[in-house]
Amino acid sequence: MIETQNLTKHYGDLTAVDNISFKLEPGRVLGFLGPNGAGKSTTMKMLAGFLAPTSGSAKVCGHDVVDDALAAKRVVGYLPEGAPSYGEMTPRQFLGFVADVRGLTGARRTQRLDDVIERLHLNGVMEQPIETLSKGFKRRVGLAQAIVHDPAVLILDEPTDGLDPNQKHEVRALINAMSRDKTIVVSTHILEEVHAVCSRAIIIANGKILADATPAELEARSRYHQAVSLTTTNIAAAKEALSRVADVAAVEIDPQDHRITAFPKPGKQIFAPISELLRTQGIQVSELQLESGRMDEVFRTITQGEAKEARA
Amino acid sequence: MNMIRTIFKRELSSYFATPVAYVFIVIFLLLAGTFTFYLGNFYERGQADLLPFFNFHPWLYLFLVPAVGMRLWSEERKSGTIEMLLTLPITMWQAVVGKFLAAWAFIGIALVLTFPIWITVNYLGSPDNGVIFASYLGSFLMAGAFLAIGSCISACTRSQVIAFILTVVVCFLFLLAGFPLVLNFFSGWAPQGMVDAISGLSFLSHFGSISKGVIDLRDLIYFLLTIAFWLYASAVVIDLKKAD
Repeated sequence: MIETQNLTKHYGDLTAVDNISFKLEPGRVLGFLGPNGAGKSTTMKMLAGFLAPTSGSAKVCGHDVVDDALAAKRVVGYLPEGAPSYGEMTPRQFLGFVADVRGLTGARRTQRLDDVIERLHLNGVMEQPIETLSKGFKRRVGLAQAIVHDPAVLILDEPTDGLDPNQKHEVRALINAMSRDKTIVVSTHILEEVHAVCSRAIIIANGKILADATPAELEARSRYHQAVSLTTTNIAAAKEALSRVADVAAVEIDPQDHRITAFPKPGKQIFAPISELLRTQGIQVSELQLESGRMDEVFRTITQGEAKEARA
Repeated sequence: MNMIRTIFKRELSSYFATPVAYVFIVIFLLLAGTFTFYLGNFYERGQADLLPFFNFHPWLYLFLVPAVGMRLWSEERKSGTIEMLLTLPITMWQAVVGKFLAAWAFIGIALVLTFPIWITVNYLGSPDNGVIFASYLGSFLMAGAFLAIGSCISACTRSQVIAFILTVVVCFLFLLAGFPLVLNFFSGWAPQGMVDAISGLSFLSHFGSISKGVIDLRDLIYFLLTIAFWLYASAVVIDLKKAD
């Protein structure tokens, strides 16, 4: 469990994290979203016990990260941004070192090491110096380091940054597999990831929480929520027909792929009337889709709205 | 204690995982030998002692120890591993001491590998091995003091080059603290008590008295306190600077 209260961090005059309070229960995966420099990493560094808060407090599993730092660090697994590790060591030496510092001994040590090596598919590279490994493997070594002691709380700073799509998929699957009994915080600016792994998303910019909701709730804020998109050859006729549907507020055509999107009036369902209309009008469509909402648009609206206010 | 040992083991083995350790040891042994035989006139003096050998240690350390110390923390900061290390369940003190002891032990290994010169002098004559032992001890303590300074300065910067140069300069000042070069700078304006205190900080005079074979508790305490002070300063600096 993670609990923060009015967590604040100043660097000189700059307020990197500004009064952040949230509570996260086990079994939940929290996605931290925000533009670069929003304060995501600083918050995670404070949760992991690397930086001390300027004011406010953070607790992991009931241990205060400042007053009870060692106990807090024991229950946390932390992947710093960029997954740093000692390049001259092999994964076997490095993970062995972390296991020793984490106090794992005997059969338990062997069993935990085998488990993380297996989970992260590190078997083929255990004897190579880490600095000679590919980015994907380095990242996996960093993840292995974070979970070797089977921590109750996992803090991952951009765990999929720089990975190829297959590797991203694997890391997400790993996070999902571990999420059942752990409390996990993941930061990312890949928005599709929020849907794939998170049960809750917090958007921060300029150190403040701007939104705190489930991914579905965030998407519902999108203009595209419940909008209907379709592709057809008969663009003019389709557009004309769509704008005559009672609950359609606007119709837009994508300038690149000429996909037509009809936006509903607030709170209205337009999928059924549109598909009915298309059939009666005999307009052939090659694809018809009910949009759930676009995360990137919501993200932009929320974070840029804040930036504009700050400038004004 | 266990944690210090774990960190110590990791650090020491990482020295030997790269060519750095071997280059350092070879250069150290070559220079120590060259200085002793060519500049120190080991044979020509016709005396069975290791004075020409130990006399050059302060100057050898002046450049070689900062080269070991410079990577202690600046590398951790540059590569970001400091974030991983300090979020493991260890205290700052354990990290600072563990890393320092590993680097010190590494220099100790290099020092022990100079044993052929001890065999040589024992073969050629009958030296006072008590004095030689005391000199080795003094030399090792002095290396530790240099290294602790290096640890603190390397914590100040991400750049190993800057850490190296600054450490050489600070070590040089400490080495010569009892000599006119440094004292003249202070004697014009500082009170006499302070000038005396500064002259008492000289590594060279403390090392000199140990290497004469007089193991005075005060000299030992001086070096140990110097090490403790700079290690404490390292921990403070790391804490202050880790945010940037």
